[in-house]
Amino acid sequence: MSKQIFFDSASDQAFKPKRFFGRFAIYLILLFWAFICLFPIYWTITTTFKAAPDVMKGNLIPWWDYQPKWLGLKSLGLSPNTIFVESTVREEFLKRFWNSAIASVGASTIAVLLGSCAAYGLSRFQYRFGFMRNSDISFFFLSQLILPPVVLALPFLVLYKELALLDTRVGLIALYTLTVLPIVIWIMRDQFSSIPTELEEAALVDGLSIWGAFLTIILPIALPGMVASFIISLVLTWNEYFFAALLTSSHAKTLPVMVASQTGSQGISWWSMAALSLAAILPLIVIAIILERYIIKGMAAGAVK
Amino acid sequence: MSSKEYLHIVTQDHIPVQKMRFGRVLIWGSAGIFFCLVFLQLLQQNGVADFKFSNWRPTLYAYGFWAICLCAAQVLMYGERGKRTLFVLPAVLFVISMVVFPLIFALGIAFSSWNLSSPDGRQFNGLDNVWEMWADPFYWNALKNMVWYILAIIPEYAIAFGLAILLNAQIRARKFFRVAFLMPLMLSPVAVSWMIGKSMLEIRFGPISRLARTLGWDNPSFFGSGEIARGMIMMMDAWTFIPFMMIMILAGLQAIPKELHEAAEVDGAPPWKRFWEITFPLMLPVSITAILIRIIFKLKLADIIINVTSGGPGGATDSVTSFIYREYRDRSNVGYGTFLAIVYLVIIVIFMTVLMKLADRWMKPRY
Repeated sequence: MSKQIFFDSASDQAFKPKRFFGRFAIYLILLFWAFICLFPIYWTITTTFKAAPDVMKGNLIPWWDYQPKWLGLKSLGLSPNTIFVESTVREEFLKRFWNSAIASVGASTIAVLLGSCAAYGLSRFQYRFGFMRNSDISFFFLSQLILPPVVLALPFLVLYKELALLDTRVGLIALYTLTVLPIVIWIMRDQFSSIPTELEEAALVDGLSIWGAFLTIILPIALPGMVASFIISLVLTWNEYFFAALLTSSHAKTLPVMVASQTGSQGISWWSMAALSLAAILPLIVIAIILERYIIKGMAAGAVK
Repeated sequence: MSSKEYLHIVTQDHIPVQKMRFGRVLIWGSAGIFFCLVFLQLLQQNGVADFKFSNWRPTLYAYGFWAICLCAAQVLMYGERGKRTLFVLPAVLFVISMVVFPLIFALGIAFSSWNLSSPDGRQFNGLDNVWEMWADPFYWNALKNMVWYILAIIPEYAIAFGLAILLNAQIRARKFFRVAFLMPLMLSPVAVSWMIGKSMLEIRFGPISRLARTLGWDNPSFFGSGEIARGMIMMMDAWTFIPFMMIMILAGLQAIPKELHEAAEVDGAPPWKRFWEITFPLMLPVSITAILIRIIFKLKLADIIINVTSGGPGGATDSVTSFIYREYRDRSNVGYGTFLAIVYLVIIVIFMTVLMKLADRWMKPRY
């Protein structure tokens, strides 16, 4: 509402305790929830630098009630005094990290390429494959979202064994692409339907082919949607545990599997677990802070028609 | 999206007969290679002849080759129309080969007893798996738990809606709060299960147990009894997924025109009434979409359970996925596990279809 200009009665200028406390309560709730969201991350970061007694005493604030130590990073071979020394732990960790990175980036890239093309086609042309029309094809793609991973896991275990794809990154990438493809198509369809068809019509009149128009004119406009779907795919595939736990063992094991396997075997060596967890979540935290608006754009796709 | 605008293209294509024929040869030729390889490999597998194949990779390559030929042939045979098909065809082929074939294969495995570690290999056992499932209390228990887990979406939705309304208010540092609230969604469930489940909820010196003790709960045990353990799993899962619903609802809230609220305010409607009479009904479609997607994700819930409680105590926290995972890990029986998964899939498909039909009806505005 616009600013009030006329103050007719005393009530207009009176102090409004209700409104004041209302705002206060809003901030209180927001801060409380922010605390709930951020405290586990804070806990993990600080535990990385704690020694055993600090953990047991429940010290929370570094330099105030305990002195930070390099224990957690040392256990991964990444602390200042071990980083230039040969270290098998670090090798192992970096290998897992690299596997995760390749699997997630590879799968997201393929999914975005396949998914954008499919979503564009479905939003612009009318198809008939047998009895399948556009809406059926769309539904076919989106219905893959319902498919629980457990249905595919065991058949894939057997198939991959026969195809010698078990414990390879390629096999993992193929499966991950499948799991995120419906989401990419969902987001991209939303994106493309917001672009007017007149653009392509103009391009076609000017002599571009349909693929030329798609690649040179439409894709650059749809870039935000592509970034959004890429990041959401990245989040989902980077965090994926179920398939990785079943289908990889020594060669292509990803970071989440490594984190999970440490919890059982090592008992509680708190700092090293904290350091590992931190490594598993840190890349996405950075991405979330930098590219927050794309993530939100992606998730809001389809919410507002 | 019924009034969708398609691109209208009129193209004149004169496809020479030779080109047409070449395309057909390409498709059938590559398919022929593929079938030849399948035949040869089947021969080898049944011990009729030995072709020195170490695995089924050659068949896979032949399949890939056929897929490429099929795409190329579309352009050769149908010209411009083929180029349009090319947008959708790769994705369709990919999904079909990754989903439909394995599903058919899964149906084959489901009615057999197949222990991957035993040398006997696969043995068809008819309906044995059905009777085994019927008598398996843990599977039914897991299905019952899924009902609880799905019911937990209702409070999640309420919290998400509340947070979205707060974020939609005129506040400072909105970006900070948005990023902070989004954070849990970014974290890997495995890391979350360690960070919260194993360390913060640690009985002796986890910060939450400490808090519980200061609040007067003398011997906090979060995974001792079934109900509390299930509640903890629900809370952890809610923690990671509330941001998702919150963002969707927030997007919906911001799409509501401000005039509606102003009009209601001018008419003297109290805030509570404004919410129930304007915001909530207008948000119904978005809410239903968000809840449906959330249910789909909830049905896949497993990672946290596998890593924190591995189903315990006594199967109280088992979800279907984590149960089948353990079933495979402990007994490595692929046949029975696949059968359970297929039954789960059938239940899900029926459930989601009914739900979507209902949602469709609810989403239609009533006048």
